[in-house]
Amino acid sequence: MKAAKADFCSGLALGGLGAYIIATAARWEYLGPDGPGPGFFPLWYGVAMAALSLALVFSSIKNPGSDLIDWSGAGRAFSAWGALAVSVAALKLAGFLVSFAALSFFIVAVMYRRPVWVAAAVAIGGAAGFYLLFSLALDVKLP
Amino acid sequence: MDVISGLLQGFAVALQPLNLLWCFVGVVLGTVVGVMPGLGPPATIAMLLPLTFLMNPASAMIMLAGIYYGAKYGGSTTSILLNVPGESASVATCFDGYQMARNGRAGAALGIAAIASFIAGTVGVVGVMLIAPPLARMALAFSSPEYFALMALGLAMVVLLAGRSMVKALLAMLVGLWLAGIGTDLFSQTSRFTFGRMELLSGVDFVVVAIGVFAIGEVLANMEGRKAAESLPVPKGLRNLLPTMQDLKDSRFAFVNGSVVGFLIGVLPGAGSTIASFISYGLEKAVSRRPEQFGKGVVEGVAAPEGANNAETGGALIPMLTLGIPGSSTTAVLLAALVLWGFKPGPLFIPENPAMFWGLVASMYIGNLMLLVLNLPLVPLFAQVLRTPVYILYPLILGISVVGVYSTSGSLFDVWLLAGFGLLGYLMRKLDYPSAPLILGLVLGGALERALRQSLMMSDGSLSILVSRPVSAVMLSLTLLILLIPLFNKFNAWRLKALDN
Repeated sequence: MKAAKADFCSGLALGGLGAYIIATAARWEYLGPDGPGPGFFPLWYGVAMAALSLALVFSSIKNPGSDLIDWSGAGRAFSAWGALAVSVAALKLAGFLVSFAALSFFIVAVMYRRPVWVAAAVAIGGAAGFYLLFSLALDVKLP
Repeated sequence: MDVISGLLQGFAVALQPLNLLWCFVGVVLGTVVGVMPGLGPPATIAMLLPLTFLMNPASAMIMLAGIYYGAKYGGSTTSILLNVPGESASVATCFDGYQMARNGRAGAALGIAAIASFIAGTVGVVGVMLIAPPLARMALAFSSPEYFALMALGLAMVVLLAGRSMVKALLAMLVGLWLAGIGTDLFSQTSRFTFGRMELLSGVDFVVVAIGVFAIGEVLANMEGRKAAESLPVPKGLRNLLPTMQDLKDSRFAFVNGSVVGFLIGVLPGAGSTIASFISYGLEKAVSRRPEQFGKGVVEGVAAPEGANNAETGGALIPMLTLGIPGSSTTAVLLAALVLWGFKPGPLFIPENPAMFWGLVASMYIGNLMLLVLNLPLVPLFAQVLRTPVYILYPLILGISVVGVYSTSGSLFDVWLLAGFGLLGYLMRKLDYPSAPLILGLVLGGALERALRQSLMMSDGSLSILVSRPVSAVMLSLTLLILLIPLFNKFNAWRLKALDN
């Protein structure tokens, strides 16, 4: 993907956020009898965000350039993030130790293609370490 | 003469074996607390407070203050080794500290952080000792317009933290301001940008965003390639693990900068160590002969924010002890402790309790020395963390991040936010949006809005109040100057060329 196209897309997304901030802040009091209201500050940074986003969009159209963004490894990063999201979703059901062990196993065995016994050792050892350090030694509540 | 006799009296108190022991316990506990993300000094001090009722108040204060400044020492460790800032004041340390670790200079970064902390911490103590009362009175003259100008000056540092595109840096900062605005408006009790979620009424915790964007974003970016399965480089030999003479020479201005900026900002109630660390980092970069190297792993980029972070501790004790005004959550808990022990912090605190005050000052000298002696030998040990293969290190970073966030708020919603901000951090890297301005906007946004609205209330809506007061006028002029710098083509061309190099 061209960097200019990425700038165009991110500029549009941020422009949308700026428009949302302006629309929402416009519903709140701007200036009241006691001074500026809750809409005062957001309105101004919303306007600034919309203006700068437009500047980014226009500059990406005006200067398309030839720089490329390398997305070749992004699949692995998104897979890792997906695994993290699944482990967060599992926290309520399985608790931190089990979901963390599963996440570690996935990263070691699937993402880094290490032998299963290494992945199992990292998963179990890591979970045990967290339990010993945070739960027992420091009395920190695990999710 | 009063100072010398007071200090002698203080050392007589602090050097008592029992007080030395409590000072040691405090700094060790503080270091541990600082290393663990999510376990902040306020919570630790609050937890230990009931135990101190059985102790002599001077010993208890020495221990609690030890936790306070010990945590500042420890806070740099995870920032440098794992890119995990445990508190907002450690974010600026990540910029160059983590890059130094990636370049095989983790030991030097940790060492320089310890030395900068020692020097700046000592300067902070000297400041407390010599100029506490007059400086505290001066700080009282700081009102909302001056605070607004100070926050604006802090935000202007975005110019120095920007990557290739100033527009993207400013956009990232505005997103940070928006994140800071999420939650209940303190003036009108209006809930803003909460999307109907109860969990967002109290706002988005800084720790969630910083750990997500920095630590998880970094892990995701590093996991793009399987090739990076080796551990990060750690040089062999003790000599290569500690800062060199050249490092110390390169950091000499950073030591002074961090000490002075940190102490002066620390004196201002509410300004905090975060803005001190960002301003000293920006100042260091602005005056450096090699600004293009900042963000790639320069030693002075670690020394300045770490120094400021620690000098702030001494400064922050001044309004607490002499005016009874806590400048941060930690000093608020310390103030509560003093009140519970039967003291009345305020203008008469020092004359009425010389043994307590001077004992604390002397113990801070001793504590800073203890921390240096404790931390420097530990540098090679901490640096070994990087020898861990990345397929073990990355799950550990993810686990520490989740536990750190959960231990701060006890909310699974925050853990979801953490994952979301991790993805945002990764995408920002891919799309070349700098993450530091986002954090800067988030950290300073709330205080900036509060100061602006209070200023306009004071002036019945007239913006002239911001420029009619000399201190705020000077700081706003400086802010404007910094913001206008990129408009000068020569500077911008030089900056982009430096980035290319």
